[in-house]
Amino acid sequence: MQSPTQTHHTDVYYVPSSSIWPIVGSIALLTLAAGFVLYLGKVAAGPYVMGAGVAILATMLFGWFSTVIKESLAGKYSDQVDTSFRWGMAWFIFSEVAFFSGLFGALFYVRLITLPSLGHADLVWPNFEGVWPSAGPGLNKTITPVGAWGIPALNTLILLSSGATVTWAHWGLQKGRQAQLKLGLALTVLLGALFLGLQIHEYAEAAFSIRDGIFGALFYMLTGFHGFHVLLGTVMLTIILLRAMAGHFTPDRHFAFEAVAWYWHFVDVVWLLLFVFVYWI
Amino acid sequence: MAQNLRSNRQVSVCLPCRAVGSRPASAPALLFLSLLTSALPARADYAVNLQTPATGLANQVYDLHTLIVWICFVIFIIVLVPMGVALVRHRKSAGHEPAKFHHNTLVEWIWTIIPVLILVSMAWPATQLVVQMKDTSKEDLTIKITGRQWKWEYEYLGDGIRFISNSATSNEQIAGKQQKNEHYLLEVDKPLVVPTGRKVRIVLTAADVIHTWWVPALGVKQDAIPGFIRDAWFKVEQPGTYRGQCAELCGVGHAYMPVVVEAVPPQQFATWMQDQKTQLAAAEEASGKTYSLDELKARGEKVYAANCAACHQPTGMGISGAFPALSGSKIATGDKAGHMDIVLHGKPGTAMAAFGPQLSNLDLAAVITYERNSWNNKVGDAVQPSEIAARKK
Amino acid sequence: MYTATATDTHGHDHEHAPTGIMRWIASTNHKDIGTLYLWFSLFMFFFAGTLAMMIRAELFQPGLQLFQPGFFNQLTTMHGLIMIFGAIMPALVGFANWQIPLMIGASDMAFPRMNNWSFWLLPAAGLLLISTFFVPGGSIGGGWTMYPPLFIQGGIGYDMAILSVHLMGISSIMGAINIITTVLNMRAPGMTLMKMPLFVWTWFITAFLLIAVMPVLACAITMLLTDRNFGTHFFDAAGGGDAVMYQHLFWFFGHPEVYIMILPAFGIISTIIPTFSRKPLFGYVSMVYAVASIAFLSFIVWAHHMFTTGMPVAGQLFFMYTTMLIAVPTGVKVFNWISTLWRGAITFETPMLFALAFVILFAIGGFSGLVLALVPVDIQLQDTYYVVAHFHYVLFSGSAMAIMGGVYYWLPKWTGHMYDERLGKIHFWLTAIAFNITFFPMHFLGLAGMPRRIPDYALQFADFNMIASIGGFLLGASQLLFLYTVVKCVRGGAPAPARPWDGADTLEWTLPSPAPYHSFVTPPLVK
Repeated sequence: MQSPTQTHHTDVYYVPSSSIWPIVGSIALLTLAAGFVLYLGKVAAGPYVMGAGVAILATMLFGWFSTVIKESLAGKYSDQVDTSFRWGMAWFIFSEVAFFSGLFGALFYVRLITLPSLGHADLVWPNFEGVWPSAGPGLNKTITPVGAWGIPALNTLILLSSGATVTWAHWGLQKGRQAQLKLGLALTVLLGALFLGLQIHEYAEAAFSIRDGIFGALFYMLTGFHGFHVLLGTVMLTIILLRAMAGHFTPDRHFAFEAVAWYWHFVDVVWLLLFVFVYWI
Repeated sequence: MAQNLRSNRQVSVCLPCRAVGSRPASAPALLFLSLLTSALPARADYAVNLQTPATGLANQVYDLHTLIVWICFVIFIIVLVPMGVALVRHRKSAGHEPAKFHHNTLVEWIWTIIPVLILVSMAWPATQLVVQMKDTSKEDLTIKITGRQWKWEYEYLGDGIRFISNSATSNEQIAGKQQKNEHYLLEVDKPLVVPTGRKVRIVLTAADVIHTWWVPALGVKQDAIPGFIRDAWFKVEQPGTYRGQCAELCGVGHAYMPVVVEAVPPQQFATWMQDQKTQLAAAEEASGKTYSLDELKARGEKVYAANCAACHQPTGMGISGAFPALSGSKIATGDKAGHMDIVLHGKPGTAMAAFGPQLSNLDLAAVITYERNSWNNKVGDAVQPSEIAARKK
Repeated sequence: MYTATATDTHGHDHEHAPTGIMRWIASTNHKDIGTLYLWFSLFMFFFAGTLAMMIRAELFQPGLQLFQPGFFNQLTTMHGLIMIFGAIMPALVGFANWQIPLMIGASDMAFPRMNNWSFWLLPAAGLLLISTFFVPGGSIGGGWTMYPPLFIQGGIGYDMAILSVHLMGISSIMGAINIITTVLNMRAPGMTLMKMPLFVWTWFITAFLLIAVMPVLACAITMLLTDRNFGTHFFDAAGGGDAVMYQHLFWFFGHPEVYIMILPAFGIISTIIPTFSRKPLFGYVSMVYAVASIAFLSFIVWAHHMFTTGMPVAGQLFFMYTTMLIAVPTGVKVFNWISTLWRGAITFETPMLFALAFVILFAIGGFSGLVLALVPVDIQLQDTYYVVAHFHYVLFSGSAMAIMGGVYYWLPKWTGHMYDERLGKIHFWLTAIAFNITFFPMHFLGLAGMPRRIPDYALQFADFNMIASIGGFLLGASQLLFLYTVVKCVRGGAPAPARPWDGADTLEWTLPSPAPYHSFVTPPLVK
């Protein structure tokens, strides 16, 4: 997140002066949580309070990141600060890896341990087979999973291509070809949006819901959280595209771009695992 | 059981050794005890070790524990002595000048490797015991145990005997309005009866939340998990009454879910089985009769106290936000069929259990009649066992 | 060990502390944020401590005297949840905030604004959690472990608790990213990784654990939330789900969480003992390796919390062996501490008293942990008061007493005043004695067969419970003296020199006391 106008790197690590954005962020999340609780408690105001929380959160993110971009453009960030951003983003992605590991852990646990042991529990479920995909022994539902080689395969292709376009954009940036950067980013955003559109279509067509036993729960939880990350990634890519158009990035200082690219590749890898373990085998 | 408990209540049972007096007592435990007992009235309830084992497995667990505690105790002393020496002799006030050393690779390797060897020596007997505990094959009889909020259901698989075992401690004792008796919270209306000298395999499940069936003297503690089957086994050597409790937090009645196992000689067990079958037939017959509203209400009050009052409260007022009031409720004052349905089938996703499989038709009829005609509810109708039977179908 | 060249603390454009309420609300200063964490933690310590007093009051005698079982369950659940997430963890993060930049010669944390957000999420989470006491159905009573299906049954308070834990998780992850980046990127020239004070090392590894496991907890409780409200069947066998799967996910978080609470405490103890022995820490390198091994092992022992769930014999054996192995690096640490004492020039100031008590009492907690590691014995002791005794020896006489020792140790640097040594010592002795009266008898209760989490118990447990309650009240009351001593020190007292402990050699003691608002703006050169 370095500015092209920066002429020297200061030796002093930039410590920002006090900022109201963090407390605004806390208020936003508390409002959001309170609204959600009201919604769960079937209070009519719930969704509005949640909406207010989201609005405050959006304001906070806009304000906070504007400040960071301004500071960056003003040349306040030394190489050391840049390294901090890199570590910070890397560890953030690591935490996301841990989150998806938990979800995949649940998937493997159910497939390898839970369903077989339910299949053997004849005293409770006399006629249950316990084979994946299953909606469980007590719901009386059969699951017709989404086939891997229709939309999911197409989506795999789309996400892999988007990984390629974002890398191509990065090459353009490194070689100072701003047009290639913008085109590559625009294509990536487009592919991300296309993926989301197809995913929504797949949800609409699916023969099962999140309530349909463990398959429905795991399917929607895994693909839903992934889809949410694609959405976030697409929004961030859009912002990066806008910043690229504003000329914020130089061939050697453009960590904001790289951070989003890392994130995008991470989302890509998660999808590949989803494709294999949720859709395919 | 009395014998079993008594031996646990003696002050002289010391931490690492069961055979009182035959071996030296653990110093810290005794020191600690003498400190405590000197300050308190002489009501001697200071059991400081595992309960007296009643099965081979529990016995081995006892001995393993004793072994480990001794090993730990010796290591603890080995650690404390140099520490104590340093604290006394290497004080600044004693004029000690600090040394400068800060590592010694050889010593560090030694105190990494020796503990590994000690651990291996602990793991060996433990491993053998684990393998034994998990071996539930070659059983003589199998009992299915179902945990319910807050009672145990026992079913002798293959014999058709099935009953519920409720806590027998009265609310008056719990509230302190009555003298607590000897087996306070550890007594049930109908214990599990098993034969001595036979390998009893228990298979466990639960109807609502996770419970844990635990009898310390038998060395058995096994979670009962809703929708799954788990198993364990025990073989009781001596006839007696063995008491335990639910060990997994299972809601407001968790403390009031005792387990009582009565081990009897095999012949006596056979007689008991026969009795159960006779009683079962009699209950069947009782359910075929018709009863007056007052008869049902009187019986229902008892059923309510044992099964419903923990949540809905003896006053029928429930607990606001957690358990709905029955007094004045739409269900309990409305249509009979709706009332029967919720009692028979429960309400999924809430603490309201399905009582259909738990209680006899007569008890179900009685408790529903009671609920419809108590507190502010004055519906005036009686539900007969035959109506329950019809509704179940 | 550390000598720093002259540090420039002047000439910076915002040298003086901002004033008024905004100083605290909008702070980007690691010391102010550290202070906020510590006060928050102290408040929560007293709140959850009050719940503990209520628990011990009800358990003073058999029978139900003061509270109904439902409320009692809320007391135990909230006591655990708040002590862990509200008291111990924030206190240790407070230490990290204050000390890590000072100890590695950094001007602040790597992300000062995010640091502020990490803190200010906590009051929001705390508010959400504590307000569950005032909603219909009351607070959560399903145990701090939040096991389904019991947890599915509760009222709206349960959803609030889940969201609150989510907020605390976000806070922890951001805090951990901040710490790990600070350690990796903000060390002064010459401060190589293997020269870092052990406290910094322990937090570095702890931060890694936090980032690895907090998201898994988030994952598990999100599933709880959807099971409760949106009809999923993650933990419901009828739908092919599995209540035990929750326990696996939870303890995959939960066991590293235990080390998250103890590793920084190890770091504090490893700082205090060399200072008051006036001798360098023995076996620094093996200490670092021991901490790293404990952290590694913490990922492969989780199911020892679940031996009674009925896993296959191979599973029980695997988790028994890995759990027993933890004794090895833990033993190394204890031996190293004792070797540090050996042939030192020992004095017994309050921090040292806490550190010495830590070594002994934590060892007892370690031994009872070893006893519990053995599957057959664990089968007898799981979910009994033995376990309660064990984890209080590890978490109270472990983490909490290390935190208290650390507070006394660094109070002079934080406040610029010496604390009242006499009061500190009285506080120590009261705490140490009352602690043992409270928790040692619980070993016996557990062995004799008293389950945990019950408001009422059989008569043979009455006497030890009464003793534990008396000890508990004394322990609770003693902490008021802690509060008084700390407040007294903050408000005044003998001025503290830059280095009040003559055996202390880490970088923070090269700064004046209290530490200036901005320190090491130009990094010191560590030789």
